[in-house]
Amino acid sequence: MTDWIDIGTLADIPQRGARTVRIEGEPDIAVFRTGDDRVFALVNECPHKKGPLSQGIVHGHSVACPLHNWNIALASGEAQGADSGCTPTIAVRKEDGRILLARPEAMKDAA
Amino acid sequence: MEFQDGIEPTTDYEDMLIVPSGDVREHLVVVGNGMAGCRAVEELLARDAGRYRVTIFGAEPHVNYNRIMLSPVLAGEKTFEQIVINTREWYDDSGIELITADPVTAIDRAARTVTARSGRTVHYDRLLIATGSDPFIIPVPGKDLPGVISFRDMHDVDTMLAAAEAGKAAGGGSAVVIGGGLLGLEAAHGLTLRGMKVTVIHLMPTLMERQLDEAAGWLLKSALESRGQTILTGADTAEIYGGGKVEGVRLKDGREIPASLVVMAVGIRPSVGLARAAGLEIGRGIKVDDHMVTSDPAVLAVGECVEHDGNVYGLVAPLWDMCRSLADGLTDRHTGYRGSVTSTKLKVAGLDVFSAGDFSGGEGCEDIVLRDAARGVYKRVVVKDDRIVGAVLYGDTADGGWYFDLLKKGESVADIRDLVIFGQAYAVLGASGGGALDPKAAVAALSDDAEICGCNGVSKGLVLGCIKAGACSLDAVRASCKASASCGSCTGLVENLLMLTLGGDVEAGPKTLCKCTSFTHDDVRREIVAQDMKSIPEVMQKLHWSTPDGCSSCRPALNYYLLCALPGEYVDDQQSRFVNERMHANIQKDGTYSVVPRMWGGLTNPRELRAIADVVEKYEAPMVKVTGGQRLDIFGIKKEDLPAVWADLNAAGMVSGHAYGKSLRTVKTCVGSEWCRFGTQDSTGLGVKTERMTWGSWMPHKFKIAVSGCPRNCAEATIKDFGVVCVDSGYELSVGGNGGIKVRATDFLCKVSTEEEALEYCAAFIQVYREEARYLERTAPWIERVGVEYVKSRVVEDDAGRKALAARFLHAQSFSQEDPWAKRASGDRVDLHRHLEPLVPQELAAAE
Ligand code: SRM
Ligand SMILES: Cc1cc2nc3c(=O)[nH]c(=O)nc-3n(C[C@H](O)[C@H](O)[C@H](O)COP(=O)(O)OP(=O)(O)OC[C@H]3O[C@@H](n4cnc5c(N)ncnc54)[C@H](O)[C@@H]3O)c2cc1C
Ligand code: SF4
Ligand code: FES
Repeated sequence: MTDWIDIGTLADIPQRGARTVRIEGEPDIAVFRTGDDRVFALVNECPHKKGPLSQGIVHGHSVACPLHNWNIALASGEAQGADSGCTPTIAVRKEDGRILLARPEAMKDAA
Repeated sequence: MEFQDGIEPTTDYEDMLIVPSGDVREHLVVVGNGMAGCRAVEELLARDAGRYRVTIFGAEPHVNYNRIMLSPVLAGEKTFEQIVINTREWYDDSGIELITADPVTAIDRAARTVTARSGRTVHYDRLLIATGSDPFIIPVPGKDLPGVISFRDMHDVDTMLAAAEAGKAAGGGSAVVIGGGLLGLEAAHGLTLRGMKVTVIHLMPTLMERQLDEAAGWLLKSALESRGQTILTGADTAEIYGGGKVEGVRLKDGREIPASLVVMAVGIRPSVGLARAAGLEIGRGIKVDDHMVTSDPAVLAVGECVEHDGNVYGLVAPLWDMCRSLADGLTDRHTGYRGSVTSTKLKVAGLDVFSAGDFSGGEGCEDIVLRDAARGVYKRVVVKDDRIVGAVLYGDTADGGWYFDLLKKGESVADIRDLVIFGQAYAVLGASGGGALDPKAAVAALSDDAEICGCNGVSKGLVLGCIKAGACSLDAVRASCKASASCGSCTGLVENLLMLTLGGDVEAGPKTLCKCTSFTHDDVRREIVAQDMKSIPEVMQKLHWSTPDGCSSCRPALNYYLLCALPGEYVDDQQSRFVNERMHANIQKDGTYSVVPRMWGGLTNPRELRAIADVVEKYEAPMVKVTGGQRLDIFGIKKEDLPAVWADLNAAGMVSGHAYGKSLRTVKTCVGSEWCRFGTQDSTGLGVKTERMTWGSWMPHKFKIAVSGCPRNCAEATIKDFGVVCVDSGYELSVGGNGGIKVRATDFLCKVSTEEEALEYCAAFIQVYREEARYLERTAPWIERVGVEYVKSRVVEDDAGRKALAARFLHAQSFSQEDPWAKRASGDRVDLHRHLEPLVPQELAAAE
């Protein structure tokens, strides 16, 4: 069973933007909100050279990496177009207006 | 839900204790005389009319009516009588005991009884809970004031009509509707028609954001505004104020909107209180299986109060499906409910809005977008694996039903993929009626006088004439007969005509702004001004963008073009800015930032140096470096520390150096006549004045200036975007230099004799560049393109033109010379700098 962490509401994330979640012992997680209010979570590292994806321009369901402009699909973490590479995705869901993030495995063991 | 007081139950207590003698049928008791409860009974009667004895409890004082038609009742299009579904006679004829105005207050599952507010207790064999939803009331001060209502039942409609009447007596009242969703907008529409001045307050940036995307939301907002409503998006209610009754609403940003009526329509919650108290299993709603049976086999539930397979619904279509499965189950047929896909239409006369399925897309989804600005139409169909999964239609919803049908059936649209967006008539009927599916053949089949370009009234014959007369590219056609030159929706048609006539000889047009549009940068800039466009969604709609919200190339460009066209009016879209401009610092390869405070003309002093030194130590910056632009760069600052760093630098009088911006960077100076034995003028002083005048401006690309005190040119003025070389008799001005990737020395512009003139020419030159260059085009390539003679004709030869340009620049500057650091340091957009705080799960907290 997946454990879920409550990280706030949709309004906490700017539309076409992202915010990061920091969990002890884990890589930073970027939580994105698209123009149509979908929410996606990825590890905050570009598959190219680890650029912080949370700081990129969100368009459609992709984010353009702030360092060298690779486009990463938010749903799959895959680089698009000619570039190749993949960033891990994290399950996220909306429930009763709250955003819930799947708790990373490592943290579950610790608890 | 609040029950209406003062209404007496229709049947008295004594009657109900009498069980009709000899009736041995199972007793089905229904709680809730709304749309689902009553429909379930209808379905049951249709299957087996005599099987159950039925009693219905309703909290409202009415027979069952069509709740969705409350909007037309409010708008004056229907009367209450016209929306009644079942009359008293129907209940009587069907042998149903209807108890109105008496809400059930408790369920005793062990004893199998329900008790109502009047005290009446009834035994059941099967219980059906159909309590619907409760309007969500946002917990702000004043929410309980008289005059604050929701929009759920006939009583609410009566309250609104009374408020409108009272308003009329007082010369037109004012109402605030909180919530810009379906319900809120229908309430606002009705109240407007009833003569009230209506303001809609919506928390999100787009109206009906759950059903519509940004483009359709923008269209809807414009249409409602043109009908006289005030729509405030991104507006958060702080408080409802008034002494004894509502007097108005105060927003978090301090704005006050006076109103004698406040309608809260921010959402609904399944009404589960009764079921929860009875110990039934509850999730977001009352949990039911495929036959609408709850965790207690004797208790069923249906309608908005239930949760089925993780879903709760707020529309009627799913209720009908649920009621069928429920009635099947009660009569031993086992079909089972499998969930519903829903579609939405807004019931506001003259505004056609439709949305269905999951239009928000996702992995593997493709958007097909059609925008017809002339007709005010926006259509978006989302296709995944050749199947329609969602649709948003605005302005022309005729094909909504067709798309919804394709969506529900999951039929493949592979064969009609290219035409599906034009609707059923074109995609299917055209094909079966002998018309070819190939758009090129369709264009070929058009008669010569068929209209191609609606905006400019250009016929096919005219376009063909132009092509035959030598127009070999889209651009040439646009230039010669204006077809496709305005909104661009006929671009595909014109391109097909070119292909048909010229085959492979069509010349590629100039590069378009990006893949989202068929227009070039210049086209877009021209049309923004010509059509007086004011926002990114508006540009995308009017110029037929092929994507719903653009890409990382066009968004920053459009943001700049609008900013330049509408100084002081356009609200910058931060999400359309590259990271550096959004964070007001330069991102580094490790994700930290560098901070470069402005040092006017390269001058500094102990106070500034001390502040920088303190920041370096306090925030443990790993490096501080003198830049090539005569100032200091502090490296390795974390995004969460940026506001504090800026606050410290601000305290010493320093502002952002915009080392990150498509804007003025530095004004490099040399020592000049004040100290240098060769200096002819005060180059340092002029540099400082120039920087004070130009800092903070947004431009197509970065812009650098230098002022050298003599022709030895120690400030390298001849490789800057604008360079000044001082000589004995005045100032030599030159433009278009670049010291970067491709070195280019400046072109000489002219010589002037005073500092004032030098500043005026500088401002005028920057403004032509701002107004005419393409986004991300520096002055060097721009001048290579347009020629220095053109620049001279605008800035040197045309005195009045130069003054006007300079005045426009200074006007724009009056809005942009605000230190972005000071704003952020004082708390603006903290969300950009802070991590989200996860709420620590219970068991974790305990483990720590
Ligand atoms: C900090 C600095 C280097 C230094 O340590 O001295 C610098 C650093 C960067 N330069 Fe530069 N440039 C710096 C002076 C220059 C100069 C010299 C000057 O201004 O006199 C030039 C050549 C002059 C010119 O621009 O014509 C210069 C030509 C470039 C170019 C090429 C521009 C071109 O048109 O060819 C780029 C790339 C670009 O802008 O697309 C660039 C881009 C960059 C970027 C912003 C790379 C990037 O996109 O992230 C570097 C950011 C580093 C950082 O995070 O701070 N930098 N850069 C200098 C900052 C000056 C300042 O105080 O603001
Ligand atoms: C103004 C308006 C416009 C709408 N427009 C549309 C539309 O265009 N399209 C669409 O699909 N949907 C629309 N809806 C939504 C639609 O009306 C609902 O989905 C539908 O009414 C839900 O049916 P229900 O039976 O679950 O709840 P309801 O119809 O609300 O019925 C529940 C009934 O139970 C009663 N009740 C509650 N608690 C008790 C109790 N303890 N004892 C006795 N009785 C109780 C309530 O008073 C209510 O009468 C609209 C709703 C409103 C308010
Ligand atoms: S020259 Fe290259 S490496 Fe050096 S600061 Fe400029 S962009 Fe970065
Ligand atoms: S690190 Fe993301 S594109 Fe290079």
